[in-house]
Amino acid sequence: MTKASLATKSRLTLKSCLLAAVALTGAVISGAAEAKTLKWGAAREIASLDPYSYGDTFTLSVLNHVYEGLVRYTGDLKIEPALAESWETVSPTVWRFKLRQGVKFHNGNPFTADDVVASLERVTHADSPLKGNLPAYKSSKTIDDFTVEIEVNGPYPLLLNDLTNIFVFDKEWLVANNSLLPTDSGKGVKGYATDNANGTGPFIVESRRADSKTVYVKNPNWWDKPQHNIDTIEFLPIASASTRVAALLSGEIDFTNVAPLQDLPRLSASPDVKVLQTNELRTVIFAFNLGDKLFESDVKDKNPLKDIRVREALYRAIDIDAVQKRAMRGLSRNTGALIAPAIPGYEPSQDVRLPFDLDGAKKLLTAAGYPAGFNFQMNCQSDGLVNEEEFCQAVAAMWSRAGFKPNLSLAPRSQQTPKRVKGEFDVISFGWANEPMIDAYSILIQVMRSKSGSGGVFNWGNWGDPRIDALIDKAGVELDTGKRITMMQEALKIAKTEHLFIPMHQQPMAWAMRSTVAQTVQASDNKPRLWLTTLK
Amino acid sequence: MPAFLLKRLLNAAGVMLAVAFIAFLIFRFVGDPVELMLNEQASQAQRDELRVRLGLDKGFVLQFATFVGNAVRGDFGISYRNQQEVFTLIAERFPATFELVLVATFLSLAIGIPLGVYTAIRRDSLLAKALQFVSVLGVSLPSFALGILFILVFSVTLQWLPAFGRGETVQLGWWSTGLLTASGRKALILPGVTLSLFQITLVMRLVRAEMMETMRTDFIRFARARGLTMRSVHFRHALRNCLMPVITVTGLQIGNLIAFALVTETVFQWPGMGLLFVQAVTFVDIPVMAAYLIVVSFIFVSLNTLVDLTYAWVDPRLREDALSGAANAR
Repeated sequence: MTKASLATKSRLTLKSCLLAAVALTGAVISGAAEAKTLKWGAAREIASLDPYSYGDTFTLSVLNHVYEGLVRYTGDLKIEPALAESWETVSPTVWRFKLRQGVKFHNGNPFTADDVVASLERVTHADSPLKGNLPAYKSSKTIDDFTVEIEVNGPYPLLLNDLTNIFVFDKEWLVANNSLLPTDSGKGVKGYATDNANGTGPFIVESRRADSKTVYVKNPNWWDKPQHNIDTIEFLPIASASTRVAALLSGEIDFTNVAPLQDLPRLSASPDVKVLQTNELRTVIFAFNLGDKLFESDVKDKNPLKDIRVREALYRAIDIDAVQKRAMRGLSRNTGALIAPAIPGYEPSQDVRLPFDLDGAKKLLTAAGYPAGFNFQMNCQSDGLVNEEEFCQAVAAMWSRAGFKPNLSLAPRSQQTPKRVKGEFDVISFGWANEPMIDAYSILIQVMRSKSGSGGVFNWGNWGDPRIDALIDKAGVELDTGKRITMMQEALKIAKTEHLFIPMHQQPMAWAMRSTVAQTVQASDNKPRLWLTTLK
Repeated sequence: MPAFLLKRLLNAAGVMLAVAFIAFLIFRFVGDPVELMLNEQASQAQRDELRVRLGLDKGFVLQFATFVGNAVRGDFGISYRNQQEVFTLIAERFPATFELVLVATFLSLAIGIPLGVYTAIRRDSLLAKALQFVSVLGVSLPSFALGILFILVFSVTLQWLPAFGRGETVQLGWWSTGLLTASGRKALILPGVTLSLFQITLVMRLVRAEMMETMRTDFIRFARARGLTMRSVHFRHALRNCLMPVITVTGLQIGNLIAFALVTETVFQWPGMGLLFVQAVTFVDIPVMAAYLIVVSFIFVSLNTLVDLTYAWVDPRLREDALSGAANAR
């Protein structure tokens, strides 16, 4: 805290003390004197106050303090009731939700079934960038003031998971401000919800200056019993990592959800700062171009990567411990599985890597008919995954040692993504967190499924396997959790034995906070939940 | 004069059109905004549909023509990322950048001119030599490194000044100012000094060179022969004759400072136009990038035009009809 803001604060406190002393009892004085503020230094500004405006997980996680969904994740990523109290499936395609009664929006309007239907219509509207967050949605209707029915396209086991990220607006407020429809960037007209907010959540937006400061104050009428003791959150984006670290060390911020890995030792060394470090849900893998031809190679007539021996050689050539120690600063978690342990569908038996074996790799490469190796293009991003540049360079060097001739292309995410989408690569580094679903179905349907209809959007390199596709399609309509998970595990096992991808690691994440923060919950989805945070 | 003015204005419009054109050429290589706007679960059809709605499927020429057509009417569209009117976004951030540039310019003159005079008239002293040496450092130190260094010293170690942001601001109509509050003024110091350091050394070296030139001229010799005090010779006679180029360069440099403030703004999280632009590039926010480049080129062009016009007014030799004669006279 700067001296200046300290001074303002004490002046304010003095004033409120005087007022209190005149009017009220001593107990209130101490209460007023302890107004608790958390200064949150984030790495970037949120896109807008409208959660349905930009497909950005971080924006959603911040706005979750203001808006809530029918259900939410607990600190250990289990689904629990939020605005809905209970639910049942009336038929395999119809879900009925009983809503919580007595909930009020920040403007005082009561929360009812109409609000839920209006919000669902808004997020699934054709112009909404978040339409894909609720892929199974068909329609919804109110049964009575506190009962809603949602119909889905077909039996769909993951509706609750999707609903954790579908926030509920106040219909009356949307109508009054002409915002029932989502903002359409194509039309170029600003929406009211872009800089105004009215949710049911634990915090209320008090003021906002983009890129400077957004102030959230405690919602005194929150329906849930608060586990936090925060009165005010000051959200302060600081884009430059070194400035953020400096601000934390100097006490200008109390908390950051993006502590740069290279500064962790320095932060830990400070007596006033503590670092919370763990591994994310995001699993990093290498994926291949498995089309008929390589994109950039001296082998023109066929695709060597289609040979499982070549893929295994690439796998065995990676010294993962060296990558972990050097490129990832000892902070990543090596993985043999394609998903993180916290994701349903994970099996410890699949989390075993092929050993690092340089000679074996060379032998495999020779056996496949490429004793002199071959060229291929490796597409990595300079600003995508954690230390992506470093680990890509390390792996490229290891592959060269095994006889391959990788040509590493490094550029910012915004430039690499179009090339990746068009399949203009031979090998890519790729990270998948399985968010917002938090279920292995996410990577299966979006990444591993052969392209068809809505599946395989991220199948950029023509990988896939008919056996995997069949299992995914079956799991997609299976409502029995146990059976569904077995199917998904089977599909993942096929991908693993075929070496369709090379698993690398779960990437590290680090938060840092000053000693003013007594306790918080750091879940592996990397979302701060300040309603579970207490200050000293 | 009217013909000269018209020609100047046409030139200015031409430059801005060229900037917009080049910007649009570059946008084709910065990436695809749609991939960043939609989240992971969006289907390919949804992606294509959004691309069509944004008009990104259209050809380059058509996109450029649409942009120019809208821009002429003052309509820059809304930001892909923030969904706010681009014009408002830029107008909101302009005061922050402008105040920073103003402070930097003030510092560069207030510090640069005395130092320049000193190093010119005491050019053999140890201090002058040291200043000359330090000024080389000032020119060559990148401002992000300098900014971080300042933050470490003055924010982390000494805890005198804030490491980031603008402090408390006061709203005067649409203009937000940090000059009226203590925390706002404090917050201006570090970024202001960081941004001005290059400028200080520039002014100092310019003044020094001009002073040394002037000090050799006859009228200075006569002034000294008349027995005027050295102080009066240096400041009343010599320095005054040096100031014209200094003012010109400072005026032109304001455009530069506005454009290059983006590094300083990023380091100090200064909520100005540069920070907005850097973020727009990260998220391929084409409307914001295009509008920013237009605004900055507008500032550049108007400053240049203004300087040209002032010159023509002040110095008859530079007027169009006298140009050939002027060339000989110079």
